[in-house]
Amino acid sequence: MQAGMVIIGAGECGGRAALTLRELAYDGPVTLVGDEPHLPYERPPLSKDAMVSDAPEIKAIASDAMLAERAIRHIHSVQAVAIDRTAHTVRLTDGSVLLYNKLLLATGSTPRRLPMPGLGSRCVYLRTFADALAIRQHLSAGNRVAIIGGGFIGLELAASARKLWAVVIVIEAQPRILMRGVPAEIAEIVHQAHEAEGVKILTGQGIISIADDGTEVCIALADGQEIVADLAVIGIGAVPVTGLAVEAGLTIDNGIAVDATLRTGDPDIFAAGDCCSFPLAVYAGRRVRLEAWRNAQEQGALAARNMLGAGEAHAAVPWFWSDQYGLSLQIAGLSDEGKSMVRRDLSDGAFILFHLAEDGRLVAASGIGPGNAVARDIRLAEMLIAKRVKPAPEALGSQDVKLKSLLAA
Amino acid sequence: MSDWVEACAAGDIDEEDVMRFDHGGRTFAIYRSPDDDYFATDGLCTHEKVHLADGLVMDDIIECPKHNGRFNYKTGAARGAPVCVNLATYPVKVEAGKVLIQIG
Ligand SMILES: Cc1cc2nc3c(=O)[nH]c(=O)nc-3n(C[C@H](O)[C@H](O)[C@H](O)COP(=O)(O)OP(=O)(O)OC[C@H]3O[C@@H](n4cnc5c(N)ncnc54)[C@H](O)[C@@H]3O)c2cc1C
Ligand code: FES
Repeated sequence: MQAGMVIIGAGECGGRAALTLRELAYDGPVTLVGDEPHLPYERPPLSKDAMVSDAPEIKAIASDAMLAERAIRHIHSVQAVAIDRTAHTVRLTDGSVLLYNKLLLATGSTPRRLPMPGLGSRCVYLRTFADALAIRQHLSAGNRVAIIGGGFIGLELAASARKLWAVVIVIEAQPRILMRGVPAEIAEIVHQAHEAEGVKILTGQGIISIADDGTEVCIALADGQEIVADLAVIGIGAVPVTGLAVEAGLTIDNGIAVDATLRTGDPDIFAAGDCCSFPLAVYAGRRVRLEAWRNAQEQGALAARNMLGAGEAHAAVPWFWSDQYGLSLQIAGLSDEGKSMVRRDLSDGAFILFHLAEDGRLVAASGIGPGNAVARDIRLAEMLIAKRVKPAPEALGSQDVKLKSLLAA
Repeated sequence: MSDWVEACAAGDIDEEDVMRFDHGGRTFAIYRSPDDDYFATDGLCTHEKVHLADGLVMDDIIECPKHNGRFNYKTGAARGAPVCVNLATYPVKVEAGKVLIQIG
């Protein structure tokens, strides 16, 4: 058996890594192992368009033909179960063993489970295409859907469910929705949009108990209310998939810990995407784990370059988007790095909040508006963040000052 | 068939910028490059049919506003994930201060 590049996890990150290895003209064996039955596919549509479509389809990152053309061997429906670091092998559930020169762990993340008894077949999570199909069956006019957790995935799902006229209620334990990483001013716009579309949102509501008899879910809340639903979708965050790395004795620190080049403590093993924590250069090496699509894509490509010896450090600014109804939200950088905010109003009610550190450095920008109204300025903000500039707050706040001009300065 | 259609006035687009142009039920994007040339491509991203005119122009790249897919607007070539399908381009000329594009 010829040793080559082995990638565990055929998601956004693993898929991009495999394609990048070939773009870089690597000509040894490339093996992509995934436990889902599909081609590598995009997850973001799962809570958005795919959820509304009558016949949801996967949005593949690469077709079978593309993989074949590039001699990327995709082993699907099989899990990697053990890494032997000395022998440089990975054992799979089907008993086969792969020999690697360099190994990439792109195992992603998985929904955080609600630690509560009483959950049955009507209490579900959303991560995979299979999950999406199962949920889609329950989204129809008048069907009652309870969403536990007012985070992005739950709220996007709520918007999709409303498009199909389901009766939707969102239960959030925190005092407001989108508590993590989204400024209150923007969360408020999202909240209002949901209410205007007929979604009921309960905030600051703890759940006491859940009873699920397989046809109906009954959720008892701290204030004594009882919510009865045909389906409960739990969206309370995600946890990194680290089992393989733990078994292999690699360091875990809120995900598989890697250095700036995405290398673990083992020089021949890399980790990237949702499963890893890494030092973020724009914030003085602060260790973070991101659950974001573009990050998975960028890190997949970076890991591929570094598996081939580039030794390149991660330098990107985190970026995230979410779509709900006609609204689009985009965030560049990590807003919790900011101490003060400056608001810039754009057309059509869209606006951007710029987050400034104590010393005036621009550290993040959060925007919301119809369609792609905030996209261009958020992209420019991202470049300003990467340049670590300290723009005059008046300039950021004024529509008359083009952000592009600040970049040139 | 190959008619030249007036899209806009040359001064309607800033340097290193893009504008949307709809014609005959189709949508196009008209670009003005940093060195003051004009170009035209299909208006919608090949990833998810989003209007590219809301995106950012940098040198000869248009970046899609939705997921930052990139194209070279001069050639239409896809230049960065998630886009992998090229954009169609159209001939452009500037006459008497008007930007004309040839729609095939
Ligand atoms: C419903 C939904 C909506 C989203 N919307 C957005 C959005 O709007 N914007 C945004 O920025 N991000 C969004 N995200 C997040 C984004 O999709 C993720 O950040 C991205 O998919 C991470 O890619 P990844 O390859 O690291 O992990 P994953 O996509 O999770 O892929 C990892 C793969 O590895 C497999 N795997 C794990 N362990 C093993 C093993 N031992 N052997 C074999 N295979 C294994 C998993 O089953 C999975 O298929 C969304 C996510 C979801 C679920
Ligand atoms: S729609 Fe253009 S990159 Fe996705």
